[in-house]
Amino acid sequence: MKHLISPQDLSLTELDQLLTLADDISNNPKKYSECCHGKKLATLFYEPSTRTRLSFEAAMLNMGGSVLGFSSADSSSAAKGESVADTIRVVSGYADICAMRHPKEGAPYVASMHASIPVINAGDGGHNHPTQTLTDLLTIKSLKGHLDNLTIGCCGDLKFGRTVHSLINAMVQFPNVKFVFISPEELRIPTYLREETLDANHVEYKEVRVLEDVMPELDILYMTRVQKERFFNEEDYIRLKDSFILDNTKMKLAKDDMLVLHPLPRVNEISTEVDADPRAVYFKQAQYGVYVRMALIMTLLGIKQPEE
Amino acid sequence: MLNIGGLNEGIVMDHIQAGGAMDIYHYLNLEKLDCSVAIIKNAKSSKMGRKDIIKIDQIIDIDFNMLAVLEPHMTINYIRDGIRVEKKHVTLPEHIYGIIKCKNPRCITSIEQELPHRFKLTNPEKGLYRCEYCEQSFKKPHNK
Repeated sequence: MKHLISPQDLSLTELDQLLTLADDISNNPKKYSECCHGKKLATLFYEPSTRTRLSFEAAMLNMGGSVLGFSSADSSSAAKGESVADTIRVVSGYADICAMRHPKEGAPYVASMHASIPVINAGDGGHNHPTQTLTDLLTIKSLKGHLDNLTIGCCGDLKFGRTVHSLINAMVQFPNVKFVFISPEELRIPTYLREETLDANHVEYKEVRVLEDVMPELDILYMTRVQKERFFNEEDYIRLKDSFILDNTKMKLAKDDMLVLHPLPRVNEISTEVDADPRAVYFKQAQYGVYVRMALIMTLLGIKQPEE
Repeated sequence: MLNIGGLNEGIVMDHIQAGGAMDIYHYLNLEKLDCSVAIIKNAKSSKMGRKDIIKIDQIIDIDFNMLAVLEPHMTINYIRDGIRVEKKHVTLPEHIYGIIKCKNPRCITSIEQELPHRFKLTNPEKGLYRCEYCEQSFKKPHNK
């Protein structure tokens, strides 16, 4: 049984196959419109999420499958104290595959240990969000044409931002990828990522405090939201949330082919005036999220690519 | 030089860092043994300055390697007929189950009490373990 719990669960070959399939889906969506007919996806969302849940549901519906599930812990048996292990054992009898989001880190891993259907981690606390990483990789590969030889700037909350952590873990596998980390001192990337991922893979990186200084050297700018729910203290959140806002003045300093990515939702870290800039690809990125989830569901269900 | 003072048959856990003996005592549930158990705190040591020692007046069958995460320099001495017949150094196991607990308040183990605490060795050179669920690194309970 194959699950997707962490971005590292996929080998480079599997990742390449998945992105190739997603690319084909994006070019020929109609070809895949019935390939999951009769299959059911359970979306077990223990905390609110709009786009990730809808993206999974859209992916399954696009392929002729159906969806069932819940969208908050209050409306599930978790409110009665049921364990993740028991829930997934039951859901395994109702659906063919499941996507789980949970506020506690490691919950989807627990589910995968007790499931008899594939489990996809749709985000577990501040830990992993592998389908967001796949979305980011597909966006970069589709719009840049390659995943190597890139300088990637990551800006905002790099301490709690799981999307950034997962992106770093995925991108260090590709040759000649450099990172520039732009964050306030309080939200620097964690030491373990620097030591165990970047240094261990001999990846070049630097940390700066001012976005303008590094804009001209970036091929990708990955913006993140300073998330209120990751803070224990509201004062810290209010003090840091407006740090590092991207606007048209800063965009003028960037390369003509630089891409701005954002996992969304955006609050105010990207000024809405940037939306009209062709380099702002965060809404396209959300669309790629559906294609890559379609490819992932097909792969985990063992569904072959339909004939033309 | 280890002083096994009066122990005829049993185990001497030596080179425990000063202040660490009670943790070992509790992790091994030594309070449940019927035999004599002696704890020596802050003994002089040429290698460590100060160290703790635990003497157990009985041979017990325990995988002491599970304790290497807490006491990487600990030695286990088996005594028979008043003579040390075997000395073992602990080695870091690949996985540790049920010995140490994840302290991450965001970990699934913080709300599901029945889940066994599981750790894996992620950096053998630094003796670093991470929770298998949330990947939080394990920090030793006292300063060493």
